[in-house]
Amino acid sequence: MTEEIIIAGFGGQGVLSMGKILAYSGLMQGQEVSWMPSYGPEQRGGTANVTVILSDERISSPVLNSYDTAIVLNQPSLERFESRVKPGGTLIFDGNGFHKFPTRKDINVYRIDATEYSLANNTSKTLNMIILGGLLKVRPIVQIENVLKGLKKSLPDRHHHLLGMNEKALHIGMDLIKKVD
Amino acid sequence: MSDSKKHTHEEVRLMKGNEAIAHAAIRCGCDGYFGYPITPQSEIMETLMDEEPWNSTGMVVLQAESETSSINMVYGAASCGKKSMTSSSSPGVSLMQEGISYIAAGELPCLIVNVMRGGPGLGTIQPSQADYFQAVKGGGHGDYKLITLAPASVQEMADHTVLAFDLAFKYRTPAMILADGIIGQMMEKVILPPFQPRLTEEEIRTRMPWATLGKPASRKPNVITTLSLDAQEMEDTNIRLQAKYREIEKNEVLFEEVECEDADYLIIAFGTCARVSQKAVDMARAEGIKVGLIRPITLFPFPTDIISKYADKVKSMLTIEMSAGQMVEDVRLAVNGRVPVEFYGRMGGMNPSPDGVYNALMTKLVNK
Repeated sequence: MTEEIIIAGFGGQGVLSMGKILAYSGLMQGQEVSWMPSYGPEQRGGTANVTVILSDERISSPVLNSYDTAIVLNQPSLERFESRVKPGGTLIFDGNGFHKFPTRKDINVYRIDATEYSLANNTSKTLNMIILGGLLKVRPIVQIENVLKGLKKSLPDRHHHLLGMNEKALHIGMDLIKKVD
Repeated sequence: MSDSKKHTHEEVRLMKGNEAIAHAAIRCGCDGYFGYPITPQSEIMETLMDEEPWNSTGMVVLQAESETSSINMVYGAASCGKKSMTSSSSPGVSLMQEGISYIAAGELPCLIVNVMRGGPGLGTIQPSQADYFQAVKGGGHGDYKLITLAPASVQEMADHTVLAFDLAFKYRTPAMILADGIIGQMMEKVILPPFQPRLTEEEIRTRMPWATLGKPASRKPNVITTLSLDAQEMEDTNIRLQAKYREIEKNEVLFEEVECEDADYLIIAFGTCARVSQKAVDMARAEGIKVGLIRPITLFPFPTDIISKYADKVKSMLTIEMSAGQMVEDVRLAVNGRVPVEFYGRMGGMNPSPDGVYNALMTKLVNK
């Protein structure tokens, strides 16, 4: 199995760290992984994206033309990546601030209003974990226990008391995500 | 204390290519790192500062005031037989060229890492391979060569750090790791090399009798200089250097061959472009097109012989680079006109995609 994923949004939404947690989760379940960020000025507020590949085989190119799954957290990212989801693939978007919505009918489109939820419930620190939970509901590519192991591995010890909060966020995301027809 | 210090070297870890270089440098007994930050390689010095190896192995990590300064600090440390290194990205490596020429002329071992970004000029921070000429043809003045390694994975970033130092000391010549921004910034699985202790001063005196570590009464002063006012003396130095480069060409060529045995067409690419090309090879093979890939691992010495061998077997070749076409010249020299050698590349911080390589393969080779 190989899963080729793009996660894109504004810098600060946790795009790169969501990718990192996915990559660590893959590592925890013995897969080959690659994590390829857009780097540089994007980290400081522009549009950031990260390509994550999880595979049972050796990964060739870390650079991709098309993706099995795209997670887009802002309008420019939807416009850039909707066309690059493989037919039959998955597109997940957080509708906050969107004025144009996905139009393709040959892919599975899901909406997760994680930003809206986070603003209402003061959970913006775990926004990316809510979205990751949504992804894992519709594409169970890694097991939750491996996500938690991966989180433990990627977080410094001083943040380990936050693991429970992150696990809760995953479950919130699983409940929030909705299929769009 | 950071997480990594608690782990044994056998553990599979996930890290950036830049981080892997830093960890490998500490583990292989590097004595000193001197650098100046520049994207996309700043994590090398950041990781070293974070690991604080001056507390564990005694390795010095120093941020100089410029790249010119850091390469001359390396020059000084290398003169003392110390395992020393610097790292930078394209514009910074340009600033170092004078020092690199001096280090080559002084026959001193060191490691220079260039995580290339788009140029020319100050350019972009995105990945590039357009410093190939600078690395393998001599970016500084005079007839010298750098042993040049081209990692294509995070694992190789770690492995090549160890290898580059070994080769640099074996031949008393500077070695370069020529990576690109993608390999520097991406995270992959890596197994770090085992710990080797730093050499003691006594060990350095024994193994590197030329080192300028202070003169005992028993011998004449060691002098490291690159100046000869006598031209005949300077030609003798050049003859010795050239003999060394021929030895390196004879002994140290490294490359990877992928699906070449039955190939009608051959792609030649290094670093990230080799990874992207591998995917294009898989796409073409799925359609029954017989394509192979040769990935030079050493750029100097260049794998001329293997490319020459395939020039008698394949219909045509395609070189893929993140440049306007630099390595393609060495491929053409190896092929010497026997088959067409085409080129596809992106420039200025853009990188070829698997589709781009596949399309170039189809239009420039297969359907031509």
